[in-house]
This record gives sequence, structure tokens and C-alpha cells, in this order.
Amino acid sequence: MSGDAGLLEVENLEVVRGGVRVLEIPSFVLHENEVLSLIGPNGAGKSTLLLALARLLPAASGTMRYRGEPISSDRSTFAYRRRLAMVFQQPLLFDATVFDNVASGLKIRGMSRREIRERVMETLELFKMVHLAERSARKLSGGEAQRTSLARAFAIRPEMIFLDEPFVALDPPTREALMADLERILGETSTAAVLATHDQLEALRLSDRMAVMKQGEIVQNGPPAEVMNCPVDEFVASFVGMENVLTGRVVDACEGMLTLSLAQCRIEFPGSAGIGESAVFCIRPEHITISNFDPDAETSARNVFPAVIRRIVPTGVFQKIHLDCGFSLVAYLTNQSLANLHLDEGKRVFVSFKATAVHMIRSGK
Amino acid sequence: MDLLVDGFAKAIALLTSLDQEVLAITLLSLKVSVTATLISLVLGISSGTLLALADFPGKRLIVSIVNTGMGLPPVVVGLFVTIFLWRNGPFGYLDILYTPTAMIIAQAVIATPIVCGITVASIQNLPPNLRLQILALGATRLQMVLILIKEARLPLLAGVMAGFGGVISEVGASIMVGGNIKGYTRVLTTATVMESGMGNFDMAFALSIILLLLCFAINYLLTRIQQRERPR
Repeated sequence: MSGDAGLLEVENLEVVRGGVRVLEIPSFVLHENEVLSLIGPNGAGKSTLLLALARLLPAASGTMRYRGEPISSDRSTFAYRRRLAMVFQQPLLFDATVFDNVASGLKIRGMSRREIRERVMETLELFKMVHLAERSARKLSGGEAQRTSLARAFAIRPEMIFLDEPFVALDPPTREALMADLERILGETSTAAVLATHDQLEALRLSDRMAVMKQGEIVQNGPPAEVMNCPVDEFVASFVGMENVLTGRVVDACEGMLTLSLAQCRIEFPGSAGIGESAVFCIRPEHITISNFDPDAETSARNVFPAVIRRIVPTGVFQKIHLDCGFSLVAYLTNQSLANLHLDEGKRVFVSFKATAVHMIRSGK
Repeated sequence: MDLLVDGFAKAIALLTSLDQEVLAITLLSLKVSVTATLISLVLGISSGTLLALADFPGKRLIVSIVNTGMGLPPVVVGLFVTIFLWRNGPFGYLDILYTPTAMIIAQAVIATPIVCGITVASIQNLPPNLRLQILALGATRLQMVLILIKEARLPLLAGVMAGFGGVISEVGASIMVGGNIKGYTRVLTTATVMESGMGNFDMAFALSIILLLLCFAINYLLTRIQQRERPR
């Protein structure tokens, strides 16, 4: 979905609070029609970055350009702010009806009553909430309130929208319904968006690009698959659900393939490092296969090890299997596979994973 | 007990006969206190909003001073306004001491900190991100402030009631700067003090009942507005 044009370009953005630098972004670009998610733990600076991008928080330094035009003066900041919308974690509705709430941004812009009515009804239809138009905002459920807040933001037809964990306070079915609608509406309206979340699944589902934040900095930025499968460090790895982060010693390096030794096992994967160096690598739990027999003959996977199941932890959609192959591994299995394989704690099995499922984070002496 | 019964009977008689003097006193009370309250709303809401939104060193001290001002003793206000308006005082040239205008000024001085203090609390009680949300909706700073005041309207109405209640019931400042001049600056409270001092308890009692009814009527009206706005 992302085009080449940088809709919003930021350079050397710094935010200082109480003498402490809380945000440092050397460069940030949001493309036209692109949905970018900012993921990271609480306190990583996601909200601060959103506020700074929306020019709602004074930046200590840095330059911002919107469609190539610098946003520097009060006047350009105000004009810029009128082209964007922002939705916060709390719905922050006004003490008025749903209609008046959705109309508020339009009233602020001085649109005529007729135009406002048309636009509001159109937006309410888009969000499937026409029946709530006359209801007082105070009588809405949490999901309806957040939906109203999103409708209020989209009613002004923003070119760009900043969403600060808008689903975090909602129960799972409400969250799912609202997320599905947001996904549809972002597509239909071609609105560029930046979504802050600490939920990687939410980010994966909605975004074209992911940026991982830690302590006020963006530590990795790229397509979701790349961030999920090739984290740049242990922090990103753990944050994107990479449960197997291991360290081994390189014993062979040949034609772009490395062989690592780890607890009497040999693990092969593509990469480059010097022999004798230690390497940190990771494997996604869903890329690990478990079987009752040695699959050596029938699998193309290079890495096959005998293992013992230490623990099976149900997590709802799948089962989390803790394995001991001399080193610890975590694999995910569906409930169905678990039943088919007759797996139980203490059982001896074989684990396998492809060389390409392994991502090397770094190597060194 | 007889005093109470006589007083009550006298009050009823005064009310039903529409005694001209009592009517004039009542109307002046209303005029002075309503005008003073309106002035305090303009001054109190604007300064209170500014105080709530601005961030500056010493803000807590100022808010504490305003909160202390909410309990400003009317006699102290009366004394200061008298000094300021005294013939040789800084505003003596205005020649308004012992006029209803002086009473309005004194009452506005009493009510403004009350309205200001309640405004600060009401605005600060709004969700902290609401300001940013309003700006993100494209509002100018002025629009943002007006929307915030609108959002705080229910607690602000309590401020209006507290301000009005504070001034319609005060006597110290009104007597000091108004002088309780018959037919000119005599209001319900000053008249009550005088009648009771002269031993005319029935008249004092009658005036008190009128004062209570007046307070009740105004507050009932404001409460109706406030409760109608509240979601059920």
C-alpha cells in the first residue's frame, strides 16, 4: 500500500521533559496511504512520539515536513493540525450526544449546519452507529464510546490519523469488531495512519510497516514480516514473540552457511561469522515442528534433534510446548496437532526446523 | 415562641401586602447581588481557566491564595473597599462610597475568588488529554478554552450558586461600604441587622424569611438547569 512519496518526514526529533530526553528520532517517514504501527512496551515513548508528530507536544529540536512543506511557524502548525486527526486511549468524548461529538471537529472548522449533518450521518454509517446518533455520550458502553471517538476523528476526513492504543481498554469481542471496522475504513478512505500499540498481533493485522520503540528510540523499522522474523536485537526478538533466543559458538562457516555448536547439538543456518565466535540467534516457536519419529528421511529441515517435553501450557488458540534438547526450545502446536501426536509431558519426541527459520541477531568474540 | 409566630405572621403580611419599602429593599438586594455575581463570573471564570491551564512557577501558591480567598471575611473586604473608596483614598475621586455601586464592587470582590477557585478545580478535573484532543480536532487555543469551559459547565454552575449564595447573604461589607441608607443602599441583610438591633424581631424575622425564599428561588432555578443537564 505504501507509495514512494513521503507524506510526513521528520528529522532529528527530540523531546525533553523535565530536563530528561524522552524521545530521540533521527529520522521518521510516513508514506501516503501507509499504515505504520509503533510497537513497544509501556513507557517506550510511543505516545510521546505520536503527540510530537501531531505537534501537540513541543519538540526540543528537529524538523518536520508535511508534503514537502516545513511545519515551523504557528500558522503552518495550525494548518498542519487541521489535516490530521488523533484518537487517544480514552475516548475523551464531550458531554453531548454522539451526533454532536462526531460533529465537533466540523463545528470547529465552521462548516454549515447542512454540511455537518450530511458529513456526520455519512460517518456514522461508515462506523455502523447511526442508531446511536442521539444517545448521550455518557450512556455509551466502552466500545461504543471508542467507536464514537474514531468516528469523530474520521468525520473531519483527515489525511493522516494518529491512533494511540485505541483498543487497549476494550474486551476481546468489542476489540475485534472495532479493529475489523478500522481496517476496512482505513482501506476505504486511504488514510495514512500511525498506530501505537503494545500488541504485536494488532500491529501485524493493521499495518504495512512496523517500528519497534524502546526508551524513546526506534530500534527497528521495516515490513512486519521482517521485524517479526529478523529482529535486530534480543529486545525486539522478545517483544515480537520470538521466544527462542539462543547463543552458540560458530564451529564451521562455509558458503554462507554457519554451523553452531550448542549443548552437543549442531545447528545450521545461513549467516556469516568467524569460526570460534559466539552468535546470538532466534527461531519463532511456530516454525518448530514436533514429531514422534525421527523425520530425517522425509524432511528438508536441516536441524533435527531428539527432545523431551518438559511442559505443555495451554494458551487458548494453541499449546505452548517447552522442550529440552540439551538447550531449551519453545514450540507452538494447535490443540488438534497435540491430540493427533498424543503428546504429553515427559514424552520423547523429535524437533526440527529449517535453516531458513533461524535468524542470527549478532555475532562477536 | 411568640416572637416566631408574630414574625412569621408579619412576614406573610408584608409579602401579601407587597409593602413598597420591603419590595424596594428586596429588589435592591437582587440587583446588587446578581450584578456582583455576573461580574465575578466574568472575572472568576476567565482567571480560573487561565490559572488551571497555564503552567508557571508559583502556580500552587496562587491557587492556594485563591482558595483562601473563597473564604474571604466580608468585613475585611468591606474595610479594604472602604479604604480604597474613602474620600482621600486612591479611588476617592469616584465618589461612590455609600452607593449601590460600592456594594456591587465589594460583593464582586467576595464572589470572584469563589468562582475562580471552583473554576480552577472544575477545569483541572477534566481529563488531562482532553485539551490535546480538542487541539487535535483542529481547534484554535481560544476554541479549546471555550470548549473546556463548556465541558466543565455543571461544576461551574455550582460555582455560580456558591458565588451568589456568598454575596446575597453577606452583611459586613454591605453595611460598611453601603451604609444601610434607607431607600438607597438598604438591602435585606443590612435591614435585618438594623431591625433586630432595634428590637423589631418580627420585622427582622420577616426580612429573613424573604431572604431565604429569594436564595431558595435562585438556587432552585440554577439547580434545575444543572440537573436537567445531568444524564439520568
